[in-house]
Amino acid sequence: MTASQTSAPVLELAGVQKNFGNHAAVRGVDLRIEKEEFLTFLGPSGSGKTTTLMMIAGLEQPDAGDIILAGRPIARLPAYDRDIGMVFQHYALFPHMSVKRNVAFPLQMRGVKAAEIAHRVANILHLVGLDGLEQRLPRQLSGGQQQRVALARALVYNPSLLLMDEPLGALDKKLRDQLQREIKRLHRDQRITILYVTHDQEEALTMSDRIAVFNRGSIEQIGTAAELYERPATRFVAEFVGEMNFLPAKIVDQTDGETCLDVAGASMTAARAHNFAAGDRVVAAVRPERLTLSDSRPGLSGQIVDAIFLGNATRYIVRLQDGTDCSVLQAVGGAAETGSLEPGQNVTLAWDKRHVMLFAAS
Amino acid sequence: MKSSGLSVWRSLRGAICLLVALYLIAPLTIVVIISFSGAPFLQFPPPSFSLRWYDNLFTDAAWGDALQVSLSILLPSACGATILGTAAAYAIVRGRVPGADFLYAVLMMPIIVPSIITAAALFGLYRLFDLNGTLTGLIIAHVVLTTPYVVATVAAALRTLDPRLEAAAATLGARPVASFRHVTLPLLAPAILSGFLFAAVACFDELIVSMFVSTARTRPISVQMWSNIRGDVDPTIAAIASLSFAFALLALLGSLFFTRRPEVDRSA
Repeated sequence: MTASQTSAPVLELAGVQKNFGNHAAVRGVDLRIEKEEFLTFLGPSGSGKTTTLMMIAGLEQPDAGDIILAGRPIARLPAYDRDIGMVFQHYALFPHMSVKRNVAFPLQMRGVKAAEIAHRVANILHLVGLDGLEQRLPRQLSGGQQQRVALARALVYNPSLLLMDEPLGALDKKLRDQLQREIKRLHRDQRITILYVTHDQEEALTMSDRIAVFNRGSIEQIGTAAELYERPATRFVAEFVGEMNFLPAKIVDQTDGETCLDVAGASMTAARAHNFAAGDRVVAAVRPERLTLSDSRPGLSGQIVDAIFLGNATRYIVRLQDGTDCSVLQAVGGAAETGSLEPGQNVTLAWDKRHVMLFAAS
Repeated sequence: MKSSGLSVWRSLRGAICLLVALYLIAPLTIVVIISFSGAPFLQFPPPSFSLRWYDNLFTDAAWGDALQVSLSILLPSACGATILGTAAAYAIVRGRVPGADFLYAVLMMPIIVPSIITAAALFGLYRLFDLNGTLTGLIIAHVVLTTPYVVATVAAALRTLDPRLEAAAATLGARPVASFRHVTLPLLAPAILSGFLFAAVACFDELIVSMFVSTARTRPISVQMWSNIRGDVDPTIAAIASLSFAFALLALLGSLFFTRRPEVDRSA
């Protein structure tokens, strides 16, 4: 392992804030991005993820806080003096320039010699699979091709960091999947550090090394996809990443190993929760695939109101006695404990206490 | 039967359009024909044809001088209006100028306020600086009068220009001047050229302000036309009218040509 991999992060944000009038768009973001990492900002629109990205790019000025790129404070530097590449949501290709000239532009701005420019442009266009389209104008290209030009243009000068602002938002599903794989390949092969912004959690989960979940101008949690999915730090993360059932519950007792809960009249258990006491009203969160259905074992009783065949699994909607609807995912060919389950049938739901998370009742 | 009713309506609509076009163009056509007249007075149809009125335009001292005055103020004032108008439009649309809308309205004033008021105002102002009757005075007056055309066309083009292009240029390492030169300016060029041509045509045509601030020695072509019409009318007026018509037509075609989107990147 080299020194650069262990020591300085590529990018560091400390207490970055931004207000638009009275509205606090970004309230105190702290963040480190390691070399060659793929970090995604995930969050609903208006959560501050794009504003944070714009401040890193130098297109918005932070009201407070530090931004350090490769050891150099850049918060007060203009965009053109930062060593950052950016791919915009709608590509922002220069419409009057050919593919070749679009990609050559950042090299020209850096005073690179013509022969060197031609060589590097040809290389990067080959890398993104645009050979033969050098002379085309952007509007003569498909959306996917335009996106590749934007990518080539932002990579050709080897910036220390590549920012991508919802780059695949305008493309259809099939093309999006294909470009996701290509971006991942470029990230791996070219050893690029990427900061990616999306509101699509599936995209975030499949592409990222780590994900920062944004909500109301700050980061709720940063972690790997598995960490966010298995151990969400807040109810917002639990709800935003993946699918989750939220069941109102009351803590009956806390013992050494577990927490006894009253959920819709049934007695259930969860792992020991240190931040709650007996008598507290809470919300028990459990993933649909962590619930098991049975028609005999003790558990939460309810009635199947809908069964949806998904191919590799079946989704059951179970209405509990307090009226809460609960989604249950049963893998086809999994250890089903019952025969066929039909809407109208009475069932019980069970869970393993390790898979239940407790959040304060809102 | 519905379709035949539709086609009747269609041919009726075509006929109406043709009539309106004829109504607009006919007087111009008559002027052009008279300019080639062989007779020494305005008569239609002309009894014979000649080029003598075009010849007269360049040989007669009064017309020749007027043409020279017009041509020597045309380029400086159209260029001045183009530079100032483009800069103003950029500041209004892109700059963080307080009261940009108000500024835009102020810049549009010269084409909204009746010319005679502007003319009187300039005349009064010029007396303080001794500019009445000078070419400089005429040029300044025409810059004021034609800048709005440039501001309007360039501002309209800038409003449709995606600001993310300039943001992208900045992230790619372009300083503001380089970004303007390589991205903004080439994309605005058609609008700037149209603005320039409009300004040139407006400058050539302008009469009222020119009448106030010019003297017999610095009389532009529009004022010469006016005095010719009021005195002894001969077809020279038709000749110069035809020439200015041709000039305006060329300018219009030119601006259509420039605003057409290119299919290839010629500089690559």
